[in-house]
Amino acid sequence: MSTDHSFDRNPDHPDIVTINMGPSHPATHGVLRLVLKLDGERVTDCVPHLGYLHRGMEKIAENRTYLQFIPYTDRMDYLSPLCANVGFTLAVEELLGVEVPARCQAIRVICAELARIGSHQLWLGTHALDLGAGTVFFHTFKDREWHYDLVEDLTGARLTTSFTRVGGVMHDVEKDWLKRLREFVDATPSRVDAYESLLTSNSIWLKRTQGVGCISGDTAIEYGMTGPALRAAGVGYDVRKARPYSGYENYDFEVPVGTEGDIYDRYLVRLEEMRQSARILDQVLRNLPDGPVNIDDPKIFLPPKKKVLTKMEELIHQFMIVTEGFECPAGEVYHSTEVPKGELGFYIVSTGGRSPYRLRIRSPSFNNVATLPHMIEGGLIADVIASIASLDPVMGEVDR
Amino acid sequence: MADGQQAIERITEKYSEAVRGTGSFRDQHWVEIDPEHLVEICSWLREDPVNSYDLLLDVTAIHWPDDTQPMQMVYHLYSSKHNDRLRLKARTGETGPVPTLSDIWKAADWNERETYDMFGIEFDGHPDLRRILMPDEYTDFPLRKEFPLYRG
Repeated sequence: MSTDHSFDRNPDHPDIVTINMGPSHPATHGVLRLVLKLDGERVTDCVPHLGYLHRGMEKIAENRTYLQFIPYTDRMDYLSPLCANVGFTLAVEELLGVEVPARCQAIRVICAELARIGSHQLWLGTHALDLGAGTVFFHTFKDREWHYDLVEDLTGARLTTSFTRVGGVMHDVEKDWLKRLREFVDATPSRVDAYESLLTSNSIWLKRTQGVGCISGDTAIEYGMTGPALRAAGVGYDVRKARPYSGYENYDFEVPVGTEGDIYDRYLVRLEEMRQSARILDQVLRNLPDGPVNIDDPKIFLPPKKKVLTKMEELIHQFMIVTEGFECPAGEVYHSTEVPKGELGFYIVSTGGRSPYRLRIRSPSFNNVATLPHMIEGGLIADVIASIASLDPVMGEVDR
Repeated sequence: MADGQQAIERITEKYSEAVRGTGSFRDQHWVEIDPEHLVEICSWLREDPVNSYDLLLDVTAIHWPDDTQPMQMVYHLYSSKHNDRLRLKARTGETGPVPTLSDIWKAADWNERETYDMFGIEFDGHPDLRRILMPDEYTDFPLRKEFPLYRG
């Protein structure tokens, strides 16, 4: 990667043309901007420019209570907000030293895996569309609506879910909703087969993805890459397996791993992840534990609304939590979860009090996008589009 | 499993002169080292098979404006071989400098740029130290504590 950011032609290399791609470009999946130097069709140099969606979330967190920050996590990876909700609340719970009941853990696993399927459906549809395979888009977006209907009925919103709370979730799941989730889970493997039938042995798809945008396992890990893109390069690191949280150790599932580290392997890994997510959801639905959903700690968790309206003490607790938040002990924790893009980590430094002294968000997309120049340089300009889509970056999470 | 505990024992044994302090919270251990020894210790942490911290998860900083050395660098390392996390810290002045780790892990490149962008800490030997999230012509460092949380 060069440090020459000028658009002027270099008199020593008059054939090299500098072009600007993005930030508003349909194939950059958000506001990613690349400055490319081209020698004919070949990319000789690629410099990514970030920050077009920077909202200063880490700064904002220093001025918010822990509960008030949950809605901000929706707006990081806006394709799987439920995963970020779960990740953030788990980090705060680690700081507090509380553990939620088994039923809540299972509900959070449902949320995370449902979001993973939805996120991968969007990735596949848009990725195929970028490469000219429009049919896939209609299949995945039809199914993604189904997933969004479930999310909406669970949380009340399609995107701004804010479903988790420190010490629990917004509310318990309903029996009828679980029945409809069961239909979705049962249909998912055959839907993934349908996507596969359009692409896996499609010769155009193979030519556009095999041996393109390659990265080796060692290089990927050196760049801090995580998630499906890393696993496609042959490194089987998945936070759900390596460091289980929220009861993932109780479920039987496999972590798909690729061999080549090219775009095709990333495609295969994500497809298999959808099947594995359906497998996890199936097990959760079979063994959803009974019992309480939320922790019984009125200093941390909001009391039930009915009691707030009828009882004095609950009213006080509600007032205190909403207006001032709850106290956290002084200390620091790093907690990470496996989101559809990779390892999402929250590093919270608390000096006591109701807001974090410093909240650091370790975003998987940020580190994944850093590998783009390595993948693109020396390749063809048409493969730039394929490489970006194969990383599945979400700029809300890159820029925060 | 206590994250980082054994590695910190090894660091304290081998580089006792560089260790400035250790601590733990919720079974997550950290060690603070002298930034002069940062590159040496990190190379050893990555290369030596007993450590094998191959993944640099995160680089960031914390601003403690009342301290004599107000900037605290925080590095999170992960070893995929031993499934262990380690938190390294290093104290420095208002603007650093801190040696770059981008020769050891490429992941440090962008993460150090972000730390520079947000805190104004300079990284010695960084290949391309410029802002990454804020515009190039921006002059402030938003995550420093003197930067207001809101304009009243």
